[in-house]
Order: sequence, then structure tokens, then C-alpha cells
Amino acid sequence: MWKDKAMRLLMLSAASTSIFLVALIFIFLVKEAAPFALKPGLDALFDRQWIPVSFVQERYGILPLVTGSALVTGLSMLFTIPLSVLGAIYIAEIASPVEREILKPFIELLASIPSVVLGFFGLVVLAPLIKSLFGLGTGLSALTGALLLTLMAIPTVITLSEDAIMSVPRAYKDASRALGASDLQTIFQVIIPAALPGIIAAIMLGVGRVVGETMAVLMVTGNSALMTWSPLAPVRTMTATIAAEMGEVSFGSLHYQALFWIGLVLLAVTFLLNIIAQRVLVRYGMMK
Amino acid sequence: MRRQRSEQIIYLLIRLVMYSIVLVIGYILFDIIRNGLPALSWEFVSEYPRKSGAEGGILPAIVGTMSLLVGTIIVALPLGICSAIYLSEYAEQNRFTAMIRLAIITLAGVPSIVYGLFGLGLFVLFLNFGTSILAGSLTLACMILPTIIVSSEEALRAVPRGYRDASLALGATKWETIRTNVLPYSLSGIITGSILGIGRAAGETAPILLTVAAFYLPRLPNSIFDQVMALPYHLYILATQHPEADKVLPLQYATALVLLLLVLGLSLGAIIIRIHFRKKYRW
Amino acid sequence: MVETSIFPADTDHVITTRQVNFFYGETQALFDITMDIPGRRVTAFIGPSGCGKSTFLRIFNRMNDTITGTRLEGEVRINGENIYENGSNVVRLRRKVGMVFQKSNPFPKSIFDNVAYGPRIHGTKDRQELAEIVEKSLIRSALWDEVKDRLDTNAIGLSGGQQQRLCIARALAVGPDILLMDEPASALDPKSTIRIEDLIGELRNDYTIVIVTHNMQQAARISDYTAFFYEGSLVEFNATKKIFTKPREKQTEDYITGRFG
Repeated sequence: MWKDKAMRLLMLSAASTSIFLVALIFIFLVKEAAPFALKPGLDALFDRQWIPVSFVQERYGILPLVTGSALVTGLSMLFTIPLSVLGAIYIAEIASPVEREILKPFIELLASIPSVVLGFFGLVVLAPLIKSLFGLGTGLSALTGALLLTLMAIPTVITLSEDAIMSVPRAYKDASRALGASDLQTIFQVIIPAALPGIIAAIMLGVGRVVGETMAVLMVTGNSALMTWSPLAPVRTMTATIAAEMGEVSFGSLHYQALFWIGLVLLAVTFLLNIIAQRVLVRYGMMK
Repeated sequence: MRRQRSEQIIYLLIRLVMYSIVLVIGYILFDIIRNGLPALSWEFVSEYPRKSGAEGGILPAIVGTMSLLVGTIIVALPLGICSAIYLSEYAEQNRFTAMIRLAIITLAGVPSIVYGLFGLGLFVLFLNFGTSILAGSLTLACMILPTIIVSSEEALRAVPRGYRDASLALGATKWETIRTNVLPYSLSGIITGSILGIGRAAGETAPILLTVAAFYLPRLPNSIFDQVMALPYHLYILATQHPEADKVLPLQYATALVLLLLVLGLSLGAIIIRIHFRKKYRW
Repeated sequence: MVETSIFPADTDHVITTRQVNFFYGETQALFDITMDIPGRRVTAFIGPSGCGKSTFLRIFNRMNDTITGTRLEGEVRINGENIYENGSNVVRLRRKVGMVFQKSNPFPKSIFDNVAYGPRIHGTKDRQELAEIVEKSLIRSALWDEVKDRLDTNAIGLSGGQQQRLCIARALAVGPDILLMDEPASALDPKSTIRIEDLIGELRNDYTIVIVTHNMQQAARISDYTAFFYEGSLVEFNATKKIFTKPREKQTEDYITGRFG
């Protein structure tokens, strides 16, 4: 029996590492970022310019990076939401069983393509296309990044939305049909409203994925830290900034600390999105 | 009649959306295979790079990625499976369990670049592992831990309760029951999920960017404290940092293809294992 | 219980319970059950579903322990030993008290490995010895002739009735004194049911058998004693013949004659 107890303890400690790990991530991000709050103070982060290397005056305003991330994410959602929801409707309600069996793995395939490979494709195929399509000087823009991110968000949002649609009780559908509604009316007036909380949660998780994505945006958004809302302008996201600059900073410098602050902002945003999405799923009984 | 026609147009539109997504995925794969295959050769995967990657092969990057994956598996697999066993077999519905679940959800949502920052702060600097295979593997292991836990728990829960009851009723202890009558039947699911997680680790760039990857290091690692090149990072460097990026385009495509084949190969392996085991155990 | 004992004078009571109350969390499932179950006889538990008969059965091998949040008050003794006492060994208890479940649950292993599972767990390694145990158990459960040529095939391929007899063989292989059966034939066709009932008839002289059933004809056919449960209480316990011909309680009579349940 002692062995039984020992094994339980072993499994328990393994499971506890997750809690431990979350705490460690938070502690180490804060630890590296903290000195910045004392000098020069957190105000410096709200500057409207990000010029971490300068002969005159370094500036660590993360606002242009936040707007960069927001622009790319927003644009990408503009494409992702309609495409994914329609895709999920197709797979769940319209496709034949054989089609389903083929389409689902294909969508999963998209999810398994490494982001650096998508970024590479964006760089050599998509960017030149955007460039000539809009007559730009460079194809590296917020729009290019958003299109790639759409590809990365689609598998998440389609799969989770489809789960939500499939979880709508058959009885709703039958009732609607019995009242003489056509299949399409049933889909848009009964099934989608019933599945809406699940779809919203799916979209939020998709946003979380997109906000945190690094390599694809690093490679195709042009990386200039300007505050702009133009889809065709080059922008720089929070993630790309960390990836591009961390290699060149001296550890412990203000620049280094500022990059960790960006990490903390990312952590907070994705954490909130995740938690709210879970709450929605639990509240509407859509948790598996 | 009129209503029907408009409905059919809408159906057609939805189908069009779905198949354009499929078409785009297909085109990406096609483009990389078409342009990558000509430059792919035995020399390419078995030779060291020359002239900062403009010539020669990608052997060190392949070996680097492989050693990172081995390290990741050694750390993440036991930890993930044991966590899943706790959650599916032992955990009671209480605060502590809810905390573990919340932690796992949180970990699953942390962006990969933040894992990179964390790995840099904890493994590279605080524990003084330096930028090394060890630091990179540990970082990647943290990143894929939630994937492994979630898929393993699902696989464990799929084992019918009757097996556990029967085994316990025969006088087996809880651990004997898990070892002999739960784990074996869920192994296929656990392996499948783990391989998918590992595939994710293989393709990730952001975490290793800060914890292990070397820009250009045309030799093989000697120890877990060595830096290595890695496939995804190598592709990133070739595509964006190389002074003659256009000239090395075929090599970029070939590198992308190797990485894609590695990741898709892992996924395919997972699917084959799933089918194989499904035939063996059915309930 | 009441006035004179329902048992013959020389009856050996193998399972005895005193004022047993049982709870799932806050919900009380069993109320104040005091009962003596005789050795080497078949005792049937009957009652409408949800009356607590299965829960009561699962107390005797402490299978309820596997459900979190359950709690037991009172005393349960098997062969005189208090099985809920601190330090009582659950593993040893379950070797002595075998169980057959409602839904047949052979492991997805070979027929041989299924029967050998218990002995192996308890330390029998010798292949020869295991083979003897497997053969003996399968003969006892009247399955040997049907499977002796394919002991290595997966048990999942057996028919429902065969699976259930395999589960009985598997329980017998660890050498129990007591067999608990939780509606063992409820998922089977009539022909397989008869075979299980015949088997119980053959085992009755060597084992103490407690069987939960919702089939009153079955209880009447196979049991020596019958206990009627209703809403978590033991309403009546008597020789099966008495219960089915002259029930003392109105509720028992109503149930037996099909007026409710």
C-alpha cells in the first residue's frame, strides 16, 4: 500500500508543476521588468514613440507597438471571423460525411504548418502580390501580416466553432424544421444563435492566438514602429519587437527591461482573453 | 421556388468559402514542395553549411532541432502524462484541482515569445545554463506541457470505467489498476497527442530565438550546454537576415520543405499510430 | 430484526451489518440497515431502481470507496472482521469478496490474461500454476469447453453471455469466499440469462452469493433468501419462499404483485 500512496504523491506533484510554472512565468517576467518601474518610471512606457537605441534620447513608448498589434489583429479578425464561421457551418451542417472526414484533417494540417514557414511564404509570395496589387513601395504591411495571421487563426476558430455548432441539441433543429423553416433558415435563425456563446469563445481564443503570434508578423509586417491605422503601412507588433530586439540588447539594460514589460502586457492580454473565453464556455455549458 | 434559388446561391457561397480555404492551404503546400524539391538532395541534409549558409547543407540545423526535440520529450512527456494521470484518476472536485486546471488553461494561452522571455530569465540567466540545448529544451517543454496534459487526460478518460472497477474488485491497488488496466489502453491517445505537441515544438522559433539558437554554427553540439542551429531559426535567418537573400532562395525553400516534412511527418505518424491502436483495442 | 429468526439454528452468518447509514455527499442513500447474510446460500436484493440495493451491495467489498465524497456510518463485518475499521486492508478484502458487474467488463486482453489477471496481481508468476488456475476457473464458470481452444484470443470477441461468464471466472480465479453480483444478467438475452442462473445454482454450495436483481422471477428462481429494499431502507428480509408467498409488509406485497416499481 505504501507504493500506492507514493505513486499518488508523485502524480500529485507532477500536476502541481503547472501551478508552479504559471507562478514562475509571472515572477520571472516581473523580476526582469521591475527596475524600469522605479527609473525611469512607468510613464515612460506611455510615450508615443519607440526609439530604444538613439544617440540623442532613448524612448520606450510601447503605444505604437500596441496599436501595431491591435491593427494587425483587428484586420485579421475581419477576415477570420466570416471565413471561419462559414467554414464551421459548412463542415457541421452542409458537408457530406465523407467531405467532413477529408476537410477536418485538412484544417488540422493548416494548424500544424510552422509559423516560420507561413512567414516565409508570406515574404516570398504574398508580399510581392500585395505590393503589385496596391502599387506600394513594399509589400511588407499590416495587411500582409493580417492575412497570414488569418491562416493561423482559422484552424482554431473553425474547430472550436464547429464543436459549438455540433453541441446544439438536435431537438432545436427538428422543432424548427417541423415549423416549416428551410434548412438555411434553421441554420441562421436557430443553430447559430444557440451556438453563439461557443463561437464567441472560439473567436476570443483565436484573437489570443493572433496577438501572441510572433514569427509570421516579424517576417512580413515591415517592422517600423509608427503609430498608424493604415492597413497598407508597415507596422511593428509587440511580439515582433521582442523577437527582433532581444538578441541585441545588453542584459539588464533599460531596453531589456522595456522588452520584458511588453512581455507582461502580452501575458496579461492573452490571460484575460483565455479566462473570459473559458467563463463563457462554462456559463453556457459548452465545456467538454 | 424563388426562395429555393436564393438559398442555393447562399449554399454555394458557403461552399465557395470553405473550398477557397482548402485551396489556399493546398497552394501553400504546393508552392513549397515545388520550389523546395529541386534544391533538396542528400548533400543538402548531410553537409555542413558554407559561406554563412549560402552554400552547402543544413546538417547542424537538423541535428540541433532533433536534439532539442529529444530534450523536450524527456522533460515534457513524463511530467505531462503524470499530471494527466493525477487529473483523470486521482483528482477530487475541489479548489486545488480547479487551480491546476486554471493553470493549464493559462499555460496553453501564453504566447510562445513570452515562453522565450521566461526561458531567458529563468534558464539562461538565473539558473545560468546559458543559451544552450538545455535551456531551449526546457523552454519548449514548458510550452507544450499543456497540450500533452490535455490530450493525455482525454485519452485516459476514454477508458471505460468498468475496467477500473473490475480491476479494483479483483483486489488490485489503485496504482496496479492504472498501470495494468488504464495506461495500456490509453497509450495510443497519449502518444498521438504528445506527437502533435512535439510537432508544435519542432516548428516553433520564438522561444528558441532567445534561449538556444545560433545564427551560424557549422558544427555539431558536444553537450547539452552547447548552442545549436535549429531548422526554423535557420529558415528565418536565411529569409530575412542573409545579405543575399534572393540568391539563396532555393536553399530557403529547401529548408522550409525539410521543416514542413518533419512536422507533417510527425503528424502523419500520430495518425498512423492512432489507426493501428484503434484496431487493437476496441470497446 | 423481528421476533423469531428467519434462519435455521445452525446458520453461519458470513456478512453482518449493524445500523448502516450511507451518504453520497449530503444525500443519504441508505438508512439504518441491520442485516445478517448467511454463508453458502444465495441471497437476493430486490426493489425498485434507486432503492439503494446496489449501493448496499458495493459496501461489502468497499467499491463505494472509489466514489469521492461518500461516507458510511455503522458497522459491517465479514467473517467477524470489521471491514471499515481503520487499518483494514481493502486489497485483502477484495480477494475474499469477488464482484460481477451489471455490464460485462472483460479487459481488452486475451481470455487467458483476463482470468490470470487477479492471480498475477497477487503474486502468482509461474505459468504452469496460472494455467491450472485459469482452467479450473473457466471450468467452474462453465465456459471452458467453449473457449479452451482459443485462450489467446481477445475476450472482446466473445458473446455477451460468454463475456459475463468470463467475468465470473475472473472473479473466481482469486479464490473468493463471497461473490457479489450486481444484476449480472440484466443485459443478456433470455438464453444466456438461464445459463448464468444455472451457473449460480452450481456455485451456491461453495460460495456465499449476494445478487442484486430487478427481475423478481429471477430472485424467486435462484435465491434462498430475499431482501426487499425501498427508498434506502430494508423493508423486509426473509426466506425467498415466504417473501413471494406470504410477505409481511404491505409495500413488499405491492412491489411483488407489480402495483408499483
